[in-house]
Amino acid sequence: MGKYLLRRILQMIPVVLGTTLLVYALVFALPGDPVRAMFGDKPVNEAVAAQIRAEYNLDKPFFIQYLLFLRNALTLNFGDTFAGQPVISEIARAFPVTIKLALMAFVFEALFGVVFGIISGLKKGKWYDSVILIVSLLLISVPTFVTGFVMQYFIGVKWRLLPVTAGSNPGFLDLLMPAMVLGSVSMAYIIRLTRSEVSSNIAEDYVRTARAKGMSNRSVLMRHILRNSLIPVVTYLGQDLGMLMSGAMISETIFNIHGVGFLTYQSILKGESNLVVSVVTLLTLIFVVTNLIVDMLYALLDPRIRYA
Amino acid sequence: MKKKVLALAAAACSLAMLLGACGGSGSDNGQASGKVIINAWASEPQNPLIPGNTNETGGGRPGDLLFARLVSFSPKGDASNEVAQSITPNADATQYTIKIKDWKFTDGTPVTAESFTKAWSYTANAKNAQLTSSFFSTIKGYDALQDAKTLKGDEQLSGLKVVNDHEFTVDMSQPDATFPIKIGYLAFAPLPTSFYKDPKAFGQKPVGNGPYKFVKWEHNQEIDLVKNPAYEGNDVAKNDGVNFKIYTQDNAAYADIQAGNLDVMETVPAADTKTFQKDSSLIAYNKAGSVSQTFTIPSSLDHFKTGTEEGTLRRQAISMAIDRDTLVKKVFNGVATTAVDFTSPLTPGFSDSLKGNENLKFNAAKAKELWAKADAISKYDGQLTFSYNADGGAKPLYDAVVNQLKNNLGINAATNPMPTFQGFRDAITKRQMKGAFRTGWQPDYPSAENYLYQLYDSAAADGNGSNDGDYKNPAFDALMTKAYAAKSTDEANKTYQQAQEILLHDLPSFPLYYGNAYGVAAKGIKGFEMNWQNLPVYEEMTK
Repeated sequence: MGKYLLRRILQMIPVVLGTTLLVYALVFALPGDPVRAMFGDKPVNEAVAAQIRAEYNLDKPFFIQYLLFLRNALTLNFGDTFAGQPVISEIARAFPVTIKLALMAFVFEALFGVVFGIISGLKKGKWYDSVILIVSLLLISVPTFVTGFVMQYFIGVKWRLLPVTAGSNPGFLDLLMPAMVLGSVSMAYIIRLTRSEVSSNIAEDYVRTARAKGMSNRSVLMRHILRNSLIPVVTYLGQDLGMLMSGAMISETIFNIHGVGFLTYQSILKGESNLVVSVVTLLTLIFVVTNLIVDMLYALLDPRIRYA
Repeated sequence: MKKKVLALAAAACSLAMLLGACGGSGSDNGQASGKVIINAWASEPQNPLIPGNTNETGGGRPGDLLFARLVSFSPKGDASNEVAQSITPNADATQYTIKIKDWKFTDGTPVTAESFTKAWSYTANAKNAQLTSSFFSTIKGYDALQDAKTLKGDEQLSGLKVVNDHEFTVDMSQPDATFPIKIGYLAFAPLPTSFYKDPKAFGQKPVGNGPYKFVKWEHNQEIDLVKNPAYEGNDVAKNDGVNFKIYTQDNAAYADIQAGNLDVMETVPAADTKTFQKDSSLIAYNKAGSVSQTFTIPSSLDHFKTGTEEGTLRRQAISMAIDRDTLVKKVFNGVATTAVDFTSPLTPGFSDSLKGNENLKFNAAKAKELWAKADAISKYDGQLTFSYNADGGAKPLYDAVVNQLKNNLGINAATNPMPTFQGFRDAITKRQMKGAFRTGWQPDYPSAENYLYQLYDSAAADGNGSNDGDYKNPAFDALMTKAYAAKSTDEANKTYQQAQEILLHDLPSFPLYYGNAYGVAAKGIKGFEMNWQNLPVYEEMTK
């Protein structure tokens, strides 16, 4: 187990290096000159433009720029944005908000997804099974931004139940609606996944055997049906935590949350390569780590899986 | 068992509902303390809050409220003295003597002549990499401050001379009658001595001398200003402060205005332009504004050369084949106004009856006739492309323009969308455009000069300014020079009208419409009005 963990952690190094290089190259290849764009429609003073380029190393060839970035990154100096802000403090501002939002969405989708999935799976064909199925189908087929705008208009503007937008330093209630929107599609998938797993496991031989031996309904459900049904759900949830972090952009723009998605979008538009690369690298790390945690969880859920 | 599961789900649901129900209250509008704080829509400044390094509205909104300049502009764009006691030109407008009033920065230090001269020199000095440095190019000594390699950053413009604490003189390298208006632009703001000790820290926490005082800047979230009690200038605030709320996009802000969480924004999401004036949950504003939207055909483009008979005929034909009234109605749902000149209805000296402005009116028959005449001189059957940046919402407009030209003139036209504004501007500055391209102009100060000289004078061509089509006409240049040396603003404006008549004949670019100043305010806001920059007049707003 320990050796396996170590190997997985060492594997992260080439993954992270590869991502930074790739992303740096992509941002570098964007059409247009970010320094010229700073002048907008106004005349460009070339002397000033050259001075700014030198300040941000933009006058150097691609590979030198990349190596300079890497060298600074090793000392945890990720450079400055064009607005004169250290990249690290921009990240420190955006990440907590997105992590809060993603965790809320995660809890929302896991809780409701699994609960409704079990209800549906245990009682296939009942009217509430049909309702749950139809609602989940609706959530999957309607794009998130539609769900977002509709919820914002009715729950926020019309009925005044929840805050319309989150704004600065959002609290639990500010993020509740965005989290629900963000988690809604995954919740629908989890409902369907849990439902089909539960309903197929319910007919398995070991369930029948357990019941025949006189085991209580509750133990059968918890020990046998759920434990076996949750393996694919955990896989999905683990993948999804990373997706929630990086994919929160739509929800973030609709509800005015200044998180990672919006930060990345803005910095791509402005050609802030340092910021884009730092954010994407961090997201990659989160992905890799959550994957590792999921793999470890397998061992707990399924005794047959053992890592050497 | 089943009952238990259902009960659990029901409990979870009702918990969510309960939490939801109490979410509506408790939002802080700054009313608690009895003070009137205006919550205004904003975007994150792209640069530190240093006047000379601010050239976009994100930084311009707070900057304009924090710094008082020598002159200030009324909402309509008329200039009057602010920090200046008097501004006196010599006979040919090559030297100005400026006297200033007693005035203080919010840190208590006095505003002196040096507060201005040192700030201007700092911005002009290329070593300091300030984005607005070219605004100082008409002051003597500017050229000596352009080689960043040999400069230290504290060299001064030789044309600025301090007489005493309350008086300084400005020597111009060429006559400049618009200088007394230009100095109302944010880049000409004075800076306190504390700035030079640490410009970087100042940019995060500016100290100004304007109607408001800086409180805090939470990046990507908000910028808070409070009323400056010591300010006694032209624009004393009627409220107690302005909090600029930074939004991810305008839809979210619009929803907040409808719900009353935000007080004012100076735009409306595209999807809502049809309905915002009828929406009873807010206050709407929509009047002709100062932004001039045009497209340009390079003056050296074959068959379209300005100053040649063929080129002029073709340019006039294209202009007359475009039905601007329909564009304004159908594409912009009425939040634009049909263009009749090269400046804007908010520019001092504007006239809607200039000689030659029938070239901007729709006349399909005449257009065809002119095009046929041009074809008689030299046959043209190439494709005329219209380039625009696709990230700014210009697609419906250019699709419509191209369709009108095809239908009304029967020529081969096509659009050429370019993905980003950056790449688009790049292609223009590198002169790679082989057809028409989108151009637009938002004035920096309310003067016809800012539209005409910057966009069409020979001195601004070939990459030296914003004359992106490289239009050159000695007769036009002569009028610009004459206007610069004019004795009065009225006289200058008359000359600018003559110059415009040349442009209306030559059509170096094609005015399409003026972007309206339009926006919305929350119900209960009093004094909501927009100024010549298409921005709300924040000082006048109360609740």
